[in-house]
Amino acid sequence: MNQNLIVKFTLLALAVSLAACGKKEGAESAASSNEIVVKIGTANPLTGTQAHLGKDNENGIRMAIDEANAKGISIGGKKAKFVLISEDDQADPRQATIVAQKMVDANVSGVIGHMNSGTTIPASRIYHDAGIVQISPSATNVTYTAQGFNTAFRVMANDAQQGKALAEFATKNLNAKKIAILDDRTAYGQGQADQFEQVAKANGGEIVAREFTSDKATDFMAVLTTIKGKKPDLLFFGGMDTQSGPMMKQIKSIGLEAKFLTGDGSSTPKFIQLGGDAAEGAYSSLPGVPTEKMPGGKAFADKFTAKYGQIQLYAPYCYDAVNIMIAAMQKAGSAAPEKYLPELGKLEYDGVTSKIRFDEKGDIKAGFVTIYQVKGGKWQPLETLGGEAAK
Amino acid sequence: MDIFLQQLINGLVLGSIYALVALGYTMVYGILELINFAHGEVAMIGAMVCLAVANTLLAQAGLPGAAVLGIGLLVAIGACVLLGFAIERVAYRPLRRAPRLAPLITAIGVSIVLQNIAMMIWGKQYIPFPALLTATPLHIGGATVTDVQIGIILLSALIMIALVLLVQKTKLGRAMRATAQSPEVAGLMGVDTNHVISLTFMIGSALAAIAGVMVSAYYGIAHYYMGFLLGLKAFSAAVLGGIGNIAGAMLGGLLLGVIESLGAGYIGPLTGGVLGSNYQDVFAFFVLILVLVFRPSGLLGERVVERA
Repeated sequence: MNQNLIVKFTLLALAVSLAACGKKEGAESAASSNEIVVKIGTANPLTGTQAHLGKDNENGIRMAIDEANAKGISIGGKKAKFVLISEDDQADPRQATIVAQKMVDANVSGVIGHMNSGTTIPASRIYHDAGIVQISPSATNVTYTAQGFNTAFRVMANDAQQGKALAEFATKNLNAKKIAILDDRTAYGQGQADQFEQVAKANGGEIVAREFTSDKATDFMAVLTTIKGKKPDLLFFGGMDTQSGPMMKQIKSIGLEAKFLTGDGSSTPKFIQLGGDAAEGAYSSLPGVPTEKMPGGKAFADKFTAKYGQIQLYAPYCYDAVNIMIAAMQKAGSAAPEKYLPELGKLEYDGVTSKIRFDEKGDIKAGFVTIYQVKGGKWQPLETLGGEAAK
Repeated sequence: MDIFLQQLINGLVLGSIYALVALGYTMVYGILELINFAHGEVAMIGAMVCLAVANTLLAQAGLPGAAVLGIGLLVAIGACVLLGFAIERVAYRPLRRAPRLAPLITAIGVSIVLQNIAMMIWGKQYIPFPALLTATPLHIGGATVTDVQIGIILLSALIMIALVLLVQKTKLGRAMRATAQSPEVAGLMGVDTNHVISLTFMIGSALAAIAGVMVSAYYGIAHYYMGFLLGLKAFSAAVLGGIGNIAGAMLGGLLLGVIESLGAGYIGPLTGGVLGSNYQDVFAFFVLILVLVFRPSGLLGERVVERA
């Protein structure tokens, strides 16, 4: 029967689409007696909808490693040659664990990454079991450092802080009473939206709608229409710029008149590019202080832009993550994770993003959160909040 | 009520686009009993070509947005017609007498090749589609509808009427129907079946190009991977309506669009919050499975006797 065939064909098509995966092999370890090769791994989405952010992360890391090699850093009296092993995790939690195992097999000294919370959390168990140090430049979900893994660190304020700052900004500064929340059901988007919801409620905000989409969707007309029916003053979105950018146009076209607030994943030039005129007036938050106010922000931005073009989002955090890892290795006189891990926890490092110190969980101490707004086609910083210990 | 009306219109817009793509699947299936899995990618190429042309024209400046879109659309249709012709020539014609699985595999192959070519030319990122039409919101009975949405629905309706007339009233249409019934007999009666099959692919590809341009202009983005889900949804729409049946593809497309939209809008309240709006795709496919269980040949499909 034809229908049987059709069902089979559909299943086959699905199987093919799921089976697609990328691979890349790298890293050689040929070390002479007075030179050691230090392998640093990183995993980011280098293909798919978040490829522009993943590439930005990789560039930030590559810049730090190139500089370290040019400087001729020595670890334990031996000249260190840093080698970057970069893998594509496709922002997919399943792929992330495969890639993490690959890193472990390649015997990396440390991992910078992953980019997304959804990939960082499952991968962190694999790194922890292998005793490999992991510093995430950008995963903000609270769970990551709350699992009790001594190998897990991050150089960015977590969602508890960011969600709190966002919710306080929404209820106090923007005076929002009826709030709609939309998230992309990833560990990042959902986690941030949950934190936001909690604090917004505590501050007297009424949650009139809690709707969901996915991190691959482009059509939000139906959910936005439902949200419009609830007449909110403010819409919060937890997710990335590839969703929120096009979403801005759709918000405008259905005539939803609510203020738009979102987190760090949408705080990018791409958001404005995709949202066009409709992005005007949107608010976002970004952990840390604006690049131009970072201690070494201006110098970093100039160097980076000359080499790789515009900074998308997390490149400065990646750069710092590599440098603090190398600083810990130097202090311990060894690139072995078990040797430099204790040093990393104690280190105080002046990065380009801020002064970095870790608390006992591996979160950054005194994380700042800055609120931005799109004005004249650009993200303009409004105010910087926080500076208190991460919870 | 106004929200319901707005959801309905959202669904009709989405459904019109699905229907256009579904027609391509159903026409090819009707004639060759082949599922052209590269069809979604043809729509993607259409969107990308239109985008490239529009950006080049805008860089020269001087033309109004609608004219730029018109030219972009025409170039995209031209490119996709050629592409459709080439795909059939290269990937399907040599396998006309091969077991049925062989052209299916080449279809999937062509789909992957097209995706990768698009990725190499236009990159892996979401590309913003220039705002060529300024969507003016219109208020109809409390619902807000833009002129772009109405344009999509009207244009799709026009194209579908034209297609029905082509198939029912013209000599080419008669040749297509004859070829669908039996290529051998049609050939004996003097129909150049190869020519008819080529034309079917070209017409289907033109429809896909239009749908691709509509999707990217409507949502304001294009992406090398956009053809996959669009193709899968449209294929499901064709199956829902009864694959091989032209009216079925239109009905299936519109139904799938409306179900998806209403599903996303009302699935939360209906299930008491157990399933959220992120289940919109699941909802659409669930309906598809239900229909196939009770009517395996689709809503308007007829049980066809297996050809000898």
